[in-house]
Amino acid sequence: MTSVVKNQIVGDSTMNQLKQTLLSFNTRAKPVLLPVVGIVIFLFLWTLAASSINTSLGKFPGPSAVVTQMGNLYNEHNTEREKASAFYQRQEERNAKRVAKDPTYVPKTRAYTGKETFLDQIVTSLITVMSGFILAAILAIPLGIAIGLSKNLNTAINPIIQIFKPVSPLAWLPLVTMAVSALYVSDDPFFAKSFVNSLITVTLCCIWPMVINTSVGVASINQDWDNVSKVLRLPKLKHIQKIVLPAAIPSIFTGMRMSLGVAWMVLIAAEMLAQNPGLGKFVWDEFQNGSSESLSRIMTAVIVIGFIGFLLDRAMQKIQYFVSWDKSSAKL
Amino acid sequence: MSTLLNISKIDMVFPTPKGDFTALKNVDLQIKKGEFISLIGHSGCGKSTVLNVVAGLYQATKGGVLLNNKEVTEPGPERAVVFQNHSLLPWLTCYQNVELAVKEVFKNKMSPSEMKDWINHNIQLVHMDHATHKLPDEISGGMKQRIGIARALAMQPEVLLMDEPFGALDALTRAHMQDSLMEIQDELNNTVIMITHDVDEAVLLSDRIVMMTNGPAATVGEILDVNLPRPRDRIALAKDPEYNQLRSSVLEFLYEKQRKVETISTKKTPKTKVTEVA
Ligand SMILES: Nc1ncnc2c1ncn2[C@@H]1O[C@H](COP(=O)(O)OP(=O)(O)O)[C@@H](O)[C@H]1O
Ligand SMILES: [Mg+2]
Repeated sequence: MTSVVKNQIVGDSTMNQLKQTLLSFNTRAKPVLLPVVGIVIFLFLWTLAASSINTSLGKFPGPSAVVTQMGNLYNEHNTEREKASAFYQRQEERNAKRVAKDPTYVPKTRAYTGKETFLDQIVTSLITVMSGFILAAILAIPLGIAIGLSKNLNTAINPIIQIFKPVSPLAWLPLVTMAVSALYVSDDPFFAKSFVNSLITVTLCCIWPMVINTSVGVASINQDWDNVSKVLRLPKLKHIQKIVLPAAIPSIFTGMRMSLGVAWMVLIAAEMLAQNPGLGKFVWDEFQNGSSESLSRIMTAVIVIGFIGFLLDRAMQKIQYFVSWDKSSAKL
Repeated sequence: MSTLLNISKIDMVFPTPKGDFTALKNVDLQIKKGEFISLIGHSGCGKSTVLNVVAGLYQATKGGVLLNNKEVTEPGPERAVVFQNHSLLPWLTCYQNVELAVKEVFKNKMSPSEMKDWINHNIQLVHMDHATHKLPDEISGGMKQRIGIARALAMQPEVLLMDEPFGALDALTRAHMQDSLMEIQDELNNTVIMITHDVDEAVLLSDRIVMMTNGPAATVGEILDVNLPRPRDRIALAKDPEYNQLRSSVLEFLYEKQRKVETISTKKTPKTKVTEVA
């Protein structure tokens, strides 16, 4: 009798343990395991598809070709850097010698003009997208707040926004290029023209979602909060700073995340189209190159572009979580 | 004592897409300093509208509101409002919510350390000193309402306006909040207008109960003086004949004289059916 009871208890506890393991499997292992399964299946299908596509530039690159290219691109970058530092060292030595011979000689230093590596292009694209994005935020957020606060301003500006919003920034590109050439004239420009072109394209792409989301966030502010501000007779500027801006932060971030995602896509296309330095140019140059390695290098770029886009959104999400009071809106 | 707040024959007409809607018609009420007034009436009759006119958030179409014989034209901290849904700013802690009000109202009148003491004093008054630096999302509904009251009290208003302050709370928390409010009222003797739809709450807290007729064109129906001695105790009062008399007067007004039209029409429905059968 007692042994039966004991058994039952033992049975119960093992059942519980089993349940517990299953539960912890569901909550902890699944979020790791399922993506791994997904990726493995994807790699398999990719390999399968790649091996059956024969292009005039050779076989379509599979995962292993991409891994090889990643190594190659990284090595090329290192080689290029070594070349550069060797160049500067030689130049320095040469100058030192000439100064030693003739103390009045003013040494000349020339910059190394090597080919930009894949890593250089990544850095260029990142700097461009961030600069354009920040410029857009500086312009769009105050404008969005003004539009959100004033019905009249909203009515006046809304048609313009509605018309320009659906225009792909790539359509602006020729106009931007010509305008920049005409207006941005300086003997020793601080920024390259190509950088300014790409930056303005990114800004044009970011500005509309940011203006719209900011103004909607401001206009739909909780009536009670607005009333609190009225009862306290907060001056206009303090009202904006203490009530409007914090209240609109979740929508402002929605707009920023949306526009950064689109900006990253558009920038690559713009760089391809305008031959401006960056990842887009890398892709285009490789395509024009047409070597047997080109496709696998392009495929590597595609994956890196995707990964960077993902990281950019993640970073924005982290910032939003840190800045916004509404933690639930900072989810994926 | 003389009148502090004079709600003088106000009409409120809202322009709507279907034409003008007269919410209030000739609402007239004089309130003395230190009085606790409850405004009771069926939902949708126009209680909040009265309060919003007094707060200055709405402008009356006709008539007006005088505070100390000066006409009210805009909202201001001397007529602090406790809103139904606490309306705390969720990005500020309890302390910061009260601080925002204190910093604005006492800008040039208090030193920073005096402000700090005054903020803490008001938070203690509503028994919330244990959650001073918590965010509104981290405390319960009753606690939020307490901070909302602390914020309003910290403005040292001449009139405290409360729109169903305990309406969203469960019965136990509500009773607790009512006791707290009575305790604070004993100490500060504020002039208060409180909207409620709870008959017991009205009788327990008020010096006068103002009962409003149903809208549209709602107005003051009856005014009931509550002369029960203070401090009041809800358990002792439950058996008090005067308390129960007052309570049934309010109930009679609400459920007999001002019975909601909807209840009558539902009762009529079976009758018409009977005639059809006949
Ligand atoms: N801003 C407004 N515009 C149009 N109608 C309103 C407005 N505010 C209130 N009303 C109407 O006035 C009436 C009274 O509303 P309210 O004062 O909120 O009632 P209560 O607070 O007694 O429930 C309702 O019929 C409501 O629809
Ligand atoms: Mg109401």
